[in-house]
Amino acid sequence: MIYRTVERAEEDVLRSIGLYALALVVLLGLAFGAYLLVPPVAQKPELDTSRERTTADGLYVAAIAPEAAEIKQRELQSWTITVKTAAGQPVSDATIKVDGGMPDHNHGLPTAPEVTENLGEGRYRIEGIKFSMSGWWELRFDITSPAGTDTVTFNLVL
Amino acid sequence: MRPRRPAWCSAAILVSTLALGGCGGEDFSEAEKATIASLSLASLPPLPPDPSNKYADDPAAAALGATLFFDQRLSPDGVVACGTCHLIDRQFQDDLPLGRGVGVGNRRTMPLAGVAWGPWFFWDGRRDSLWAQALTPLEDRREHAGTRAFYAHFIADNFAERYERIFGKLPDLSAVPSSAGPFGTEAEQSAWTAMPADQQDEVNRVFANLGKAIAAFERSIAPEETRFDRFAKALAAKENPEDPQGDAAFAPEEIAGLKLFIGKAACATCHTGPRLTDDSFHNTGVPPVEGLPEDLGRETAVAQVSADPFNCFGRYSDAPPESCGELRFMVKDNARMTRAFKPPSLRGAATRPPYMHSGQFKSLEEVVDHYDRAPAAPSGETELHPLSLSERERQQLIAFLKTLAE
Repeated sequence: MIYRTVERAEEDVLRSIGLYALALVVLLGLAFGAYLLVPPVAQKPELDTSRERTTADGLYVAAIAPEAAEIKQRELQSWTITVKTAAGQPVSDATIKVDGGMPDHNHGLPTAPEVTENLGEGRYRIEGIKFSMSGWWELRFDITSPAGTDTVTFNLVL
Repeated sequence: MRPRRPAWCSAAILVSTLALGGCGGEDFSEAEKATIASLSLASLPPLPPDPSNKYADDPAAAALGATLFFDQRLSPDGVVACGTCHLIDRQFQDDLPLGRGVGVGNRRTMPLAGVAWGPWFFWDGRRDSLWAQALTPLEDRREHAGTRAFYAHFIADNFAERYERIFGKLPDLSAVPSSAGPFGTEAEQSAWTAMPADQQDEVNRVFANLGKAIAAFERSIAPEETRFDRFAKALAAKENPEDPQGDAAFAPEEIAGLKLFIGKAACATCHTGPRLTDDSFHNTGVPPVEGLPEDLGRETAVAQVSADPFNCFGRYSDAPPESCGELRFMVKDNARMTRAFKPPSLRGAATRPPYMHSGQFKSLEEVVDHYDRAPAAPSGETELHPLSLSERERQQLIAFLKTLAE
């Protein structure tokens, strides 16, 4: 009998531990639910960060590439843009304007980059690009040639 | 009953494991850790060269610059040195809303730690090198109130030997008026205009070299390690975020403040990188100061730096034009430049009120309140959006800012 009483008491203790555990699980579940309901600030729909894109009206295919292997922040850097027709012919007589900014932060590029050299074969050198911080940047190019004017926007995530 | 025992036990163990693992308090995401590392002093690049100043890293020039920086004779009335407003024991600033030299200016004196890492100088970036910056207050009638002819004579009379060892032979100044310059009194301006161009050029060169020596000295004023840097170092070094020890350990409100700084409050949008500035210009709707003329910030400065004969393109610059990228590719005609100012470094900011370009705010509470409310700009458009910070969150932000000054 004594043995049974001890076992009964043990069972009571275990049962109350179980209740506490259950309550804790419920609380944690609620907290996790609340965590899911509040979207994290950084969550964004997937951005297309491809470095080669067709311009908005389909006139050109443009590709961009940084000259340096590493994209450093807060340092002036040069990029090249290669412009081809939709049929794949290099466009070697284009006038290109550069703009951009950070859509999330309501500000443009910290500098005013320019095309400084026509490298031939549809390639152009852009100098004066600077990214002042990490995050989502847009680089926009207005491309004009005898074929017409068209625009392309690239997304960069630093 | 016995078979239920192991089930309860394992549930309890599982729950307590989850509780411990998930509520550590310092669980930063990988993105947050990367941002924190980018703000820490460990990310500070080596001091960039200044191609416009070939004496920038000449120790003799830096030594002469240090002497000149603290020399009150750098004003004709003998009472204003650079160090008068840039106080060496006060982070090289003066704790005043507006700088006080011979008269009272209309901007707050900026601190100097890390100044040589930036591409633009003054609150509005109206100069593009540290040496061109150093020259400007010397001729400002509210600051040192001297003229470039006065300074050329001053160097020749007092530092000829040291000057010539660094910069070469001084010109013959016997025909140069004792005081003449384009920003002086009417008489001093007339005296300057009356000087032949080659004589003006000789005076300009001595004057430029004086700035280059002061800049060489100022390049040695580097940011110092703070509690935040020690916290960031420990966070980066260890997988377990409980690891920061001693003063590198952050209190819960400091951690919460750091998370706000890089998250909800978006401070790190502009206060970014290891100097906590993006070196760019932003309109944040800071109110005007009664009694001061309208201040359009960067909008005015763009024309000033373009016209400055001591800029990177000028004949007193040692840089080839292709090294003048910042000036060459600066944003010129843009509405965003109206009333835009440079974000100052926040290192040490907590212990150097008042705040903003004309000392508009007396305390960090007022600063955080401004960013929280995001009022409309007096002119141009503010980049801010209201933050809806709770009182607790404001205190957490301030607690974090203090870790950058300890």
